Amino acid sequence: MEKETCTFSYCQKPEVTEVDCDLLIMGGGMAGCGAAVEGCAWANPKKLKVVLVDKAATDRSGAVAMGLSAINTYVGENKAADYVKYVRNDLMGIIREDLVYDLGRHVDDSVHLFEEWGLPIWKKGDDGFSMDGHQARAAGKKSLKEGGTPVRTGKWQIMINGESYKVVVAEAAKKALESNRAATGMAQNHYERVFIVKAVMDTNGKNVASAIGFSTRENKIYSFKAKAMLCATAGAVNCYRPRSVGEGLGRTWYPVFCAGSGYAFGMQAGAEMTLMENRFVPARFKDGYGPVGAWFLFFKAKATDSYGNDYCADKEYFDDAVARYGDYAKNLGTAIRNHLMMRAMKDGRGPILMQTPAALADISKAMKEKLGEKEGAKQVKHLEAEAWEDFLDMAIGQASLWAATNVEPDKVASEIMPTEPYLLGSHAGCAGFWVSGPGDLPGTPEHYSWGYNRMSTVPGLFMSGDVVGASGHKFSSGSHAEGRMAAKAAIAYILDHADYKPAPKLSLDDIAAELYLPFEVYEKYKTYTTDPAINPNYISQKSIQTRLMKIADEYFGGCSTWYMTSKTMLEAGLVKLELLKEDCNKMAAANLHELLRCFENYHRILSVEAHARHILFREESRYPGYYYRGDFNKIDDANWKCFTNSKYNAENNTWEFKKVPYVQMYP
Amino acid sequence: MPSFVITEKCDGCKAQDKTACQYICPHDLMALDREKMKAYNQEPEQCWECFNCVKICPQQAVEVRGYSDFVPLGSSTIPLRGTEDIMWTIKFRSGLTKRFKFPIRTTVEGTVDPFAGKPAPDYATIKGPGFFNVPARKE
Repeated sequence: MEKETCTFSYCQKPEVTEVDCDLLIMGGGMAGCGAAVEGCAWANPKKLKVVLVDKAATDRSGAVAMGLSAINTYVGENKAADYVKYVRNDLMGIIREDLVYDLGRHVDDSVHLFEEWGLPIWKKGDDGFSMDGHQARAAGKKSLKEGGTPVRTGKWQIMINGESYKVVVAEAAKKALESNRAATGMAQNHYERVFIVKAVMDTNGKNVASAIGFSTRENKIYSFKAKAMLCATAGAVNCYRPRSVGEGLGRTWYPVFCAGSGYAFGMQAGAEMTLMENRFVPARFKDGYGPVGAWFLFFKAKATDSYGNDYCADKEYFDDAVARYGDYAKNLGTAIRNHLMMRAMKDGRGPILMQTPAALADISKAMKEKLGEKEGAKQVKHLEAEAWEDFLDMAIGQASLWAATNVEPDKVASEIMPTEPYLLGSHAGCAGFWVSGPGDLPGTPEHYSWGYNRMSTVPGLFMSGDVVGASGHKFSSGSHAEGRMAAKAAIAYILDHADYKPAPKLSLDDIAAELYLPFEVYEKYKTYTTDPAINPNYISQKSIQTRLMKIADEYFGGCSTWYMTSKTMLEAGLVKLELLKEDCNKMAAANLHELLRCFENYHRILSVEAHARHILFREESRYPGYYYRGDFNKIDDANWKCFTNSKYNAENNTWEFKKVPYVQMYP
Repeated sequence: MPSFVITEKCDGCKAQDKTACQYICPHDLMALDREKMKAYNQEPEQCWECFNCVKICPQQAVEVRGYSDFVPLGSSTIPLRGTEDIMWTIKFRSGLTKRFKFPIRTTVEGTVDPFAGKPAPDYATIKGPGFFNVPARKE
């Protein structure tokens, strides 16, 4: 098939702006905002320029855009070493313990700062009941930093009033960037609505010299040249065909706008990846994807099959799980609980139900016994509001679904269901890049550390949040803290490499032609057919996504095969994926919005390819309940208790894979 | 639809320097029809129902109609976001109405200063653990 090129014969050539800086932060979510604060703190006295690029408005960008009802990582009275144990257990035994421990020893300061900046955090009242952030303030309760007692739902989770969580965190980041402008004299260092498309390598063949992107608001292209770059973008969502395919396509559990752009950026730069076979399939309230954590942990609700049986206690299912997955099954981590739920569903014992009425009845009884009829009823009402806030802070659509179907949780149980797969590294998943650890922790093996914390295998390219591999369960607070750790290390790198001057391998004309190719293709062919929507000369952004979802779902272990795949399935799917990748040379965009979607979907394709090839490489089923290799449906510690690392070569479209030893550093 | 714009209420933010919903949408969905001076959701099936357009609209012209795939008609979820709290009015299909008020922040918007009262960074520690303001936890 003939390749398309852009010579600006049909579409207009955009203005190209070069921005020179020292540290470039890509992504304005929790990790990016953390990086801005810590990065500017170290950069300002040295007059180093820090620039943050965000494809959206930083006030409401990233995974916390809607808000959150809890902070899932606050170590507090616990030990960082126990945090390592918990993460290792949930991620089936293979994690980078140096990265996880390092996160655990740093994360609390970010939570303390959130509270200082204005995030309301629930506190335990003197009567043992919870107080919201305003009540706690009115009662003069101490802040967490001063030793105040948070309301714990689990060992690591604390409750917040988090509707404006991201707004508060963004305000601090914006103020930090403002102080950097004052320190350096830069006119602008915060670019909203600019989408980074790819990495351009340096003529030295080692560094990433430039990150190129375009404005989604005006015909402008940017080349950000930096001494060090920090990837702080999110994981990949809507890669697999979701369970709702009409309007509900957008009601993904993790935000629909997470396009795997960070994975794509690092891959194009040749950064080594690890555990990209890992994925997360959360069990959530069906369709609305409302959170279940507070219901399980705070309200002590039970999930059962439709007959009221605890499927996790089913002897046949459990014995089979232990036979296949060994001791990992006995820990009943998130993946195994999913696995047992699916066994019950496949046996027709569904719908699976979250037994909210029983949980609320138990609470109501206990309250009334403890406080008397009147006071008890008041506390129950308070608890009901807390249950609704759990949804309204972070999954508003779930509250709407309850209202539209007349679900009052004290009267009717609600269905729960495993979702479509998600690729991420900050929540309960660990797909991402292989990065250097801090290096100072006792027992760190040599292959875990090469100088600068959170630096990828590409010099000067740092990672944080969702795109760091083998270190999940960071969540919002951990991502913020990791952004800070990475930014600090990046400043150290910049100070050590003061003489480096980025020299991108591509000319500005080449860059403009590459980014605006979908415009050229559209304008060239659009009048060939009476309706530009159907045209044999190009592919629309929607068609790219639909085809990707279909391939991923049917061949790479999506919902339609109950997350089952195999060598033969993966290989067949990869052939189709390669054709789709080729078709991306003929992506067409009629406007800037479609141009954004074209490249977002291209990033999704690269993320999925890495995922599928990793599943193919690992010949076992390490993550039952998330995906299965039908041809190797067991956990095989003898051969596979190791990291699986890959490197993509963008120039010749080839992959290298290797096993990397896992080292247990903590008991 | 997910988010939709009520024709009568939307004034295209003509008195503002930018269209509020278009500015805030994390997924670049809200667009302005410059002829009609009305906003609309240009790709409803990509809407996450994050309600940020609803919360920010100065005219309260934006609402959300639940995903038609699985949400029956007849209910509504309406936020009113203030400076310290957010009020929610949730109307069930049955007519039952629930109202909730939750805190959103404890400080005045715009007053955050990440470096006020914080120590200057110590460059001797830049390659070790800890942040510019505090050392890392030791166990």
